[in-house]
Amino acid sequence: MRRVVITGAGTINPLGASVPATLDAMQEGRCGIGPLEIRDVDRLSVRIAGQVGGYDETAHFDRQQLSLYDRFTQFALLSAAEAVAQSGIAFNGALAERAGVVLGTSGGGLNTQDDNYRAVYEEGKNRVHPFIVPRLMNNAAASHISMTYNLQGPSFTVASACASSNHAMGQAAQMIRTGLADVMLTGGSEAMLCFGGVKAWEGLRVMSKEACRPFCATRTGMVQGEGAGVFVFEERDRALARGAEILAEVAGFAMTSDAGDIVTPSRHGAVRAIAGALRDAGLAPERVGYINAHGTGTTANDRTECAAVRDVFGGHAERLVISSTKSMHGHLIGGTGAVELLACLMALRDGIVAPTIGYREPDPDCALDIVPNVAREARIDVALSNAFAFGGLNAVLALARA
Amino acid sequence: MTSDVETRVVRIIAEQALLEPSDVKMTDTPVDLGIDSMGLVEAIFAIEEEFDISVPFNANDPQGSAFDISSVRSIVAAVKSLVADQTT
Repeated sequence: MRRVVITGAGTINPLGASVPATLDAMQEGRCGIGPLEIRDVDRLSVRIAGQVGGYDETAHFDRQQLSLYDRFTQFALLSAAEAVAQSGIAFNGALAERAGVVLGTSGGGLNTQDDNYRAVYEEGKNRVHPFIVPRLMNNAAASHISMTYNLQGPSFTVASACASSNHAMGQAAQMIRTGLADVMLTGGSEAMLCFGGVKAWEGLRVMSKEACRPFCATRTGMVQGEGAGVFVFEERDRALARGAEILAEVAGFAMTSDAGDIVTPSRHGAVRAIAGALRDAGLAPERVGYINAHGTGTTANDRTECAAVRDVFGGHAERLVISSTKSMHGHLIGGTGAVELLACLMALRDGIVAPTIGYREPDPDCALDIVPNVAREARIDVALSNAFAFGGLNAVLALARA
Repeated sequence: MTSDVETRVVRIIAEQALLEPSDVKMTDTPVDLGIDSMGLVEAIFAIEEEFDISVPFNANDPQGSAFDISSVRSIVAAVKSLVADQTT
């Protein structure tokens, strides 16, 4: 089977507007969560979030582009630009038809929807901008990436809530493995921080009003974030032949469904996804040094995830390290797996494991080495990235050092 | 004598538990009534709508919330207190 490697990475998220800035923040254990600044925030009870700060869309895009680019599309395009530049790839000639883009998102152009529902319902307007549909559609980001880089092969969008990015990246890897494409841009993007978006989450009563502190005994829930991560996935021989720098190998992937509850996670579903990714990669569990946890900071997820890790790894669970970078950037929902994959790349390439910040008190149900508060140096050969979505849809990626 | 608030809260809880209000005892816990965490969140939403109040409740930390959900009696008492706060 053909092998898949990563030759480029790009991001914009609450920790930074590039991969180096994000990794610096993760190494420092910096928190990107702060007061939420959106219209009508005074009518929300949850007023913190991982927002992309200091962002001026007009600095990156012209007026015509902005009439078509929702915030989630903007984030995806900025991330793709960084990833493509790093990989040094040009999509011309025959390659264009052998390249595509699979992106994850949950809300798509939710800000566009929110703004325009406001216009017609609240403000009573009877007219909206002609491009609202192409601006809000979930595939807008994938389509604009394909147009920007001339990717003429298979392109589409994956929506599986909090697992969207991992499902997208897993799909992209499979497409290269099986010969459907040679190069894929993949990852995810989310921009749900608008009044309607946060209000809906508020209703579920799982949101923290103070911080996201995964695995801590006194954790109080999740915090929403926004942003994107995009990677260049490339067939390994092709990347080697053109002398590209290989950031990591996408060694395995698995997806499972709990077929249980619409919001409560299942330990067994998580176990099957983690074990499945290892089996797909042909790797013994003992090879895994780091797991980037789903680690949402909710009571149910963190407890279930730790139990699942113990089930899969047995005694090795005591030796590997696991951390949740959501403590720093929040939960980017459909974009979260992509940004979290950066922590796996950092562990594999730089030998630095991102911490779980905000940790105060051990929880006996989460008694693993969760790298509390301070980043750590460690030689990591294999890293996993977990994503367990509402709806019981699980997707786990296994990355190996290049 | 049962108060109006009590009757209305019991009706909401009974509806969530798929029971008759007469089957709900003041000493019952949500678990006794077969109400899981999602059911509880729905019941609290219904209570907020019924009384036009805001109930402080985080599903991650029910014990840590200011709203005591340990029994039907405690829920009724907490709602009464929130309703009273609102009218003063």
